[in-house]
Amino acid sequence: MNWADLNLMPALPEMFLLGALLVILMLDLFISDAKRGITYGLSLVTLAVAAFLQVSTFETFSTITLSGLFVDDPMADIVKVAMYGVTATVLVYTRQYVKDRGLFKGEYYTLALFALVGMNLMVSAGNFISLYMGLELLSLSLCSLIALQRDSVKATEAAMKYFVLSALASGLLLYGMSMVYGATGTLDLATVAKAVAGGSANTTLMVFGLVFIVAGLAFKLGAVPFHMWVPDVYQGSPTALTLMIGAAPKLAAFVFVIRILVQGLGAMVADWQGMLIIIAVLSMAIGNITAIAQTNIKRMLAYSTISHMGFLLLGLIAGTPEGYASALFYAVVYVLTTLVGFGILLGLSRAGFECETLDDLKGLNGRNSWYALLMLLALFSMAGIPPLAGFYAKFAVIQAIVNINLVWLAVVAVIMSLIGAFYYLRAVKVMYFDEVQDNSPITMPADMKLVLSVNGIALLVLGVVPERLVAMCVEAMQLSLHSL
Amino acid sequence: MFSNPLSLVIWTPIVAGLLVLATGGDQRATLARWLALAGALAGFLVSLPLFTQFNNLHGGMQFVENLPWIESLGIRYHLGVDGISMLFIVLNSFTTLMVVLAGWEVIQKRAGHYMAAFLIMSGLINGAFAALDAILFYVFFEGMLIPMYLIIGIWGGPRRVYASVKFFLYTLLGSLLMLVAFIYLYFQAGKTFEIEAFQALAKIPRDVQLLLFIAFFLSFAVKVPMWPVHTWLPDAHVEAPTGGSMVLAAITLKIGAYGFLRFALPIVPDAALQVAPIMVGLSLVAVVYIGLVALVQTDMKKLVAYSSISHMGFVTLGMFLFTGSQMNVWALEGALVQMVSHGFISAGMFFCIGVMYDRVHSRNIADYGGVANKMPIFAAFMMLFAMSNSGLPATSGFVGEFMVIMGAVQVNFWVAALAATTLIFGAAYTLWMYKRVIFGEVGNDHVEHMQDVNKREFLVLAILALAVLGMGLYPQLFVEKMHLSVNDLIAHVAQSKL
Repeated sequence: MNWADLNLMPALPEMFLLGALLVILMLDLFISDAKRGITYGLSLVTLAVAAFLQVSTFETFSTITLSGLFVDDPMADIVKVAMYGVTATVLVYTRQYVKDRGLFKGEYYTLALFALVGMNLMVSAGNFISLYMGLELLSLSLCSLIALQRDSVKATEAAMKYFVLSALASGLLLYGMSMVYGATGTLDLATVAKAVAGGSANTTLMVFGLVFIVAGLAFKLGAVPFHMWVPDVYQGSPTALTLMIGAAPKLAAFVFVIRILVQGLGAMVADWQGMLIIIAVLSMAIGNITAIAQTNIKRMLAYSTISHMGFLLLGLIAGTPEGYASALFYAVVYVLTTLVGFGILLGLSRAGFECETLDDLKGLNGRNSWYALLMLLALFSMAGIPPLAGFYAKFAVIQAIVNINLVWLAVVAVIMSLIGAFYYLRAVKVMYFDEVQDNSPITMPADMKLVLSVNGIALLVLGVVPERLVAMCVEAMQLSLHSL
Repeated sequence: MFSNPLSLVIWTPIVAGLLVLATGGDQRATLARWLALAGALAGFLVSLPLFTQFNNLHGGMQFVENLPWIESLGIRYHLGVDGISMLFIVLNSFTTLMVVLAGWEVIQKRAGHYMAAFLIMSGLINGAFAALDAILFYVFFEGMLIPMYLIIGIWGGPRRVYASVKFFLYTLLGSLLMLVAFIYLYFQAGKTFEIEAFQALAKIPRDVQLLLFIAFFLSFAVKVPMWPVHTWLPDAHVEAPTGGSMVLAAITLKIGAYGFLRFALPIVPDAALQVAPIMVGLSLVAVVYIGLVALVQTDMKKLVAYSSISHMGFVTLGMFLFTGSQMNVWALEGALVQMVSHGFISAGMFFCIGVMYDRVHSRNIADYGGVANKMPIFAAFMMLFAMSNSGLPATSGFVGEFMVIMGAVQVNFWVAALAATTLIFGAAYTLWMYKRVIFGEVGNDHVEHMQDVNKREFLVLAILALAVLGMGLYPQLFVEKMHLSVNDLIAHVAQSKL
């Protein structure tokens, strides 16, 4: 270890996060159940401070520290800030839900923060080892979170599935990484990149490793044909956890893919492009077509997620900075939209009642037209109908692939999004055209109502003036990728 | 940005619509109605300067506004109108006013939402006509699907769900391929989405032109709608509330035809020329076959819906009549006049059917008979619209059809002869329906209890009737606005891009 490399400043937000998290863990032991709100409040404050630290230490260049284990670049910063916001939003949306189900425990919050530390590590990793450590911290935290509702058979089953399959995926990844290590003699991403570009690595071994790595990544993203766990885990987990799995981890997984495929194995773009095309086409097709057959909304949104991951991969397939930027934009918009969709489902659930089938949404417009409108915005945004944010996300990735003359892939993508439009429309139909079935009042805590409204309106506002966010993604990608 | 008249005509109705939406669904329905009327009136008033201040002697775009919007993706907020699109913006703002009046007390369920949806849609439609950036156009073009989907689905008839989903998916299918075409052209035109840059592309190979034309065709032919992709329209029209039918027929169909003029013809002229015989054939099928289909309908709304398809067949016919590589000026101007005129007539016809439906709650021709005995004023108005729909001279319906037939005679006698059969079929289905519904003995108890039109209905009918007559007697008022733009278009299309 070179002591000059021990610059801890870039990792300040992570260190603060970890420290605060340990403090919360200790404090929580002395708090009675009635005062659990303190843990909740402290977690939110922690996230706010971490976000502040992240923004205030922002640099327009990349800093590599801890002997290459940790990278702090604009892409990481932007994604981390988004993850703090998303995690805070998830905590706000799920408070009432977990309270109603007896999960309003200190563990819920500390594990969520642990997962966030893991994600931060993934996002800032400059080495296969730190990437893998971050990934495992995330997976194990999420797994225990799902199993937190331990008297529920469904949740335990979901946790089990998640654990086994993510272990399998990690195994594949590790196997691939070991091949890369064998071919290049290093686990450092920048050195790997140099070795591959310089041609000193054994090509056969590298491609062999690449196949395993891509399979592992596809597992983590939930892309076809490694998608089987997604619907089961989404459906089986308590909705609060479904949201936690479906939101911030997707952002982290995206950066994870960029770090390995673009920054580490960028020189092998021709090799992974073809694999990703197959995965993307299958994800869009199977995700969208299977979603049509679902009556459970959580399962439907799981298949919708699979198809969205296919779209996101389109941006990576392009292999250009614009393409990566469009994929980043896609991921951010996707997460914002998912938050609204699951936020509504959480709001409609109450003690002893889970809102999870399409019928539970019947006549929502008659019960509360504001929530129906927010859900409508989320659904049309997922379907990619302008003027909602989701349209520009789809537009940007399609623009990126047309740029490299893959017009046929663009045509496949738009046809798949047409098929996808059907099930989103059906959900809108259920909310707006059907008669009210369940007329019980919808109660949401005031903070949740506020955040949910802002979140929903943001989809529309981003649809009318998306320039700021798009430009931010483009700049972050250019700054981060140029420096390597 | 808000000093520009085009931005005003787009955003005034949208802002008004959001205000109406904020009044809630049913709680403050009266406020919502008056607010909507004020918004629609304001929207119409701000659109008038476009008509009065339009310079007939100035070719190209007027009232241009060009601002950066999403620079990272190469999309600009670029607005402007020529003599063609300007007319449709005014027509749309006018129709919105009529729709708000038409739905006044008829819509009792969530009146505020109903009015808001129409106002927002009105702004989006204006945007589609005014956009000079392809993606800006696309955003408006697709955005209007959302309010229309809700209008048909919430306030429509018994099969509204089927109709609304069919409408949405059909239209989306076409437009998504057009989006890919736009992105392809973006890279060809040097990373810009300016429609004028697309049009100015000097060289596009023939096979690429054909593919692009297919993408445009799928998008716009569905919207027009042309035979055989017309099947969504009878469903959507029949199930939509009166206002929805009025807007669909009067305006949204025109966007399809406008798309052909703005995109397909000038961007890929050689492909257009090559497929012109097919387009003429499809148009003639629409005119003749759909005319015959209209004849056997038992549902009044369905009959008028099929009549719309048949009339729009005339529009597409007029656009694709070529002599050599030269478009026919008579036919093209006739098509445009027909588009505006059909906007007034179809709005009038659908409103008339709506008036009767509100009283009897049936659209079946057989459930009526002898309405003239009970509603003489109404019968007189409907007579005018029916006559105009069948192309009676001195009404607006005559002018456009006559001009297209004149153009067709210059190109090919047999095309003209087939097209002219519409004068027979149109008269047959419209007047036969009119006879069965309005004349004769009072058909049944329901008709016996019908009340003649109230003041509000009279106002709507009178305004539409004036428009129909005015355009029939003095079409020059509209033709002179579009003349230069039509000539520009013809000159542009005549230049090969091969």
